[in-house]
Amino acid sequence: MRAPKILFLLWFSVWIVPGSAAAADSCVTCHAAIDDAVKGPAALIKNDVHIAHGLSCADCHGGDRTSDDPDVSMNKAKGFKGKPARATIPKFCAACHSSPDYMRKYAPRERVDQFELYQTSVHGKRLAAGDTAVATCIDCHSVHDIRAVKDSAAPVHPLHVGETCSRCHSDAAKMAPYKIPTNQFQEYKTSVHWEALTKRGDLSAPSCASCHGNHGAKPPQVESVSAVCGSCHVLFEQLYEKSVHNAVFSAASGGGGCMVCHSNHAVHYPSTAMLAGPKAVCSGCHDAGTAPAGTATQMAGWLDGLDTALKKSETVLASAEQSGMEVSEAQVRLIDGRENLVKARLALHSMKPAEMQKPVEAGMAIAQATQKAGEFALHEKDTRRMGLAVSVLLIGIVILAIRLLLRRMESSS
Amino acid sequence: MQGNPTSPPPDAGRRTLVSWLLGGGVAASLASFFYPVARFLDPPMVAEVSVNEVAAGKVQDLKPNSGKIVKFGNKPALLVRVNDTQWKAFSAVCTHLNCTVQYQEARREIWCACHNGTYDLEGRVASGPPPKPLEELAVKIRGDEVVISKRV
Amino acid sequence: MSAAELKAKTFDWFDERLGLRMARDLLDHKVVPLHPGTAWYYFGGITLFLFGVQMFTGLLLLLYYRPTVAEAFDSVRFIMTRVEFGWLIRSIHSWSANLLIFFAFVHMFSVMFTHSYRRPRELTWLSGIALLGLMMGFGFSGYLLPWNQISYFATKVGTDVAGTTPFVGPVLARFLRGGEDVGAATLTRFFAFHVMILPLISCGLIGLHLLLVQKAGMSTPKHLPVHDLSHMKFFPNFFLRELMVWYGVLALLGSLAAIFPWELGEKADPFASAPAGIRPEWYFLAQFYTLKLIPSHVWIIEGELLGLAGFGLLALVWVALPFWAATKPDGSGGRARLATGVGIFLVCYLFTFTLLGYFK
Repeated sequence: MRAPKILFLLWFSVWIVPGSAAAADSCVTCHAAIDDAVKGPAALIKNDVHIAHGLSCADCHGGDRTSDDPDVSMNKAKGFKGKPARATIPKFCAACHSSPDYMRKYAPRERVDQFELYQTSVHGKRLAAGDTAVATCIDCHSVHDIRAVKDSAAPVHPLHVGETCSRCHSDAAKMAPYKIPTNQFQEYKTSVHWEALTKRGDLSAPSCASCHGNHGAKPPQVESVSAVCGSCHVLFEQLYEKSVHNAVFSAASGGGGCMVCHSNHAVHYPSTAMLAGPKAVCSGCHDAGTAPAGTATQMAGWLDGLDTALKKSETVLASAEQSGMEVSEAQVRLIDGRENLVKARLALHSMKPAEMQKPVEAGMAIAQATQKAGEFALHEKDTRRMGLAVSVLLIGIVILAIRLLLRRMESSS
Repeated sequence: MQGNPTSPPPDAGRRTLVSWLLGGGVAASLASFFYPVARFLDPPMVAEVSVNEVAAGKVQDLKPNSGKIVKFGNKPALLVRVNDTQWKAFSAVCTHLNCTVQYQEARREIWCACHNGTYDLEGRVASGPPPKPLEELAVKIRGDEVVISKRV
Repeated sequence: MSAAELKAKTFDWFDERLGLRMARDLLDHKVVPLHPGTAWYYFGGITLFLFGVQMFTGLLLLLYYRPTVAEAFDSVRFIMTRVEFGWLIRSIHSWSANLLIFFAFVHMFSVMFTHSYRRPRELTWLSGIALLGLMMGFGFSGYLLPWNQISYFATKVGTDVAGTTPFVGPVLARFLRGGEDVGAATLTRFFAFHVMILPLISCGLIGLHLLLVQKAGMSTPKHLPVHDLSHMKFFPNFFLRELMVWYGVLALLGSLAAIFPWELGEKADPFASAPAGIRPEWYFLAQFYTLKLIPSHVWIIEGELLGLAGFGLLALVWVALPFWAATKPDGSGGRARLATGVGIFLVCYLFTFTLLGYFK
């Protein structure tokens, strides 16, 4: 009788011993079994990055994870903090996340100044003043199922930042007390940056946080709009800062810089329609007939002219290629021509026509040269068909001659 | 073959016409076939078939710590002379949105003007939006000629 | 001496050494029977002519083509753009390949429907079928040589299908590819097939095929009484007509080459995904589409296996036609009607499934 008992104990211990090591997190064991509000977090944590690093509920909420007895595990003497008050949430998270020594153990390259930045932001300042409706850490990062930023399901992943911010910022009821408009996300979704992010999957494209900052978000005026845009669009910033517009826009209130012409959220593909025509941006300040208006029209004309010339060349080359002619060299040269158009559009931002003239002329030269090559190829195609016609004609003559010969041969026999 | 051989052919004129037509037609048509063949057999001036290699200029044309764009096949390539003896070459097509990159002497790095992407001298992305490194090409010095070729 | 005397003297000089008299006598006596189906006699000659065009243009292309993965595509581009009339030679070669296979099929079906495979022409039929297979082999191997996206992936698909043959499949696929995947070894191998192995075998078989045709003479449809038919001398009457036809075919080739030049495509990139809708050349489409239609499992047998077995059976029936469908030389007996039925079925199947494969 003793042998089976020993065996049974051995078998049982196999389940108990390792089980007890893993389920040393009594928090999860109990809370998963309780059928009320506290069950939620126990289920969520399976996706949490903290849990994945071996941390447990107790590492944030305090208490003793090894004890099954609630009086022990949730004892204040053991450091149990329970659910923090909303106003203290940032400080709660910062207990670890602002400690370089602590963070070094898990993610040495992570920043530790998020709380510091948060305190300079509008969210942070208002929270400190007692407004608990503003965003705290958990509103953006979620809670209990906090995912790493690069996890594509995280609410703060570049693809989801816009949605996350707009949860409050597109809500008219929430924004009413602060008198903040709620159309930013809507406008941003019409922009080239949103398109780059969502259609091309280009994660380097800017979302809300890229321009406004994330923890230190300081909406809506960005201190120096052109410096922010210029963090990617370097050359445009350089030219703009030297141009006349810089001084004029900087003096105006409500921000300025690139935003004045290109909008802040609804940044669309620019075109010459912005320079001249009914929807022109320039005419918003410059009356018709003035020198600047004339410059705008001139530059629009140049850009349109070059674009048309390049398109014409592309069409001819495509047509030659369709007919079976090999025109890849000319097509490669045309790429240089397109680059000149890009350079011309860049030069526009200096507001000096002389700067634009050089790339425009270079581009036109290329467009004309490649168009000639395309026309030559098309002409070659015609020459080939002429050659073919001659051969077919000669063949026809021979066939006719043979027929006559046969007729003569066979009629006389 | 020609009918009664003893009596004179009644349509001698037509016969000659047909003969001429046939003979001339065959000769001309054969010429129109073999002229292209003869031209085909004559090798073209430029004998090089593919772009595995491109001559990129003379050694003395490029100063140390400078770079230049060279056509490699139908794409641009960037040749960088790092110092007196070290040369590097890369495909100059930026891996972000295909703009042509350039060498920045002051910062000793490769830069793309379109969205401020930078690469180091190994072609690796140093900062900015480019998702992939630049494809590296092989540089050989033959005498005083610099030759860029695809890496095998 | 006169031109006629010179001609006679030259002939005699060569005849003494080569025995040309025999050939001339054969030629003099060769006749072509005249009946409503006489026009079908041209198709064998057209196929032969196109084969000659292929050998000639292929030889010319060989002067510039480079059979390595690194240079194949660029060498074809070189031919198309830099070599004078390279575009013409290459486009003629590609168009002629397709016309050759098409006319080979027409020739085969015309022989079949006139039941010319019957005794004593069984060997002619067999050598002809073998030649058709070789021509398709030429097509398959040549298709890879430009090393563009379409040819690379079509070869992958094709060798994959070959690999599903029961028993010999994997060995066959490895043999064709020169390895486990389509790559540089495949290109070298296909080049060897296309430029030396297949031409040697084909020339041998064509020689045999032509010899057999001369030996047995032109066959007549079995319902026509042989002796009542009028005849035309092969030389010069039929020969001159054949020249007209060949010249006409040449005009067609030139027109196709000049008006619809064969495209270059893009250089093969094995790491790219296969182009959407990749499919083999038209002469493989019927089988390809049939295999696509068959469900992956029929009862317990794998679908592809069933398909290949079906093709194999059909091929066997077809090749063995002279033996099971034979009529007596006088036209009586045999299963001619059944054979015609099989022929009609095959034509309809090939036509329909090729079209389906093309549009689906």
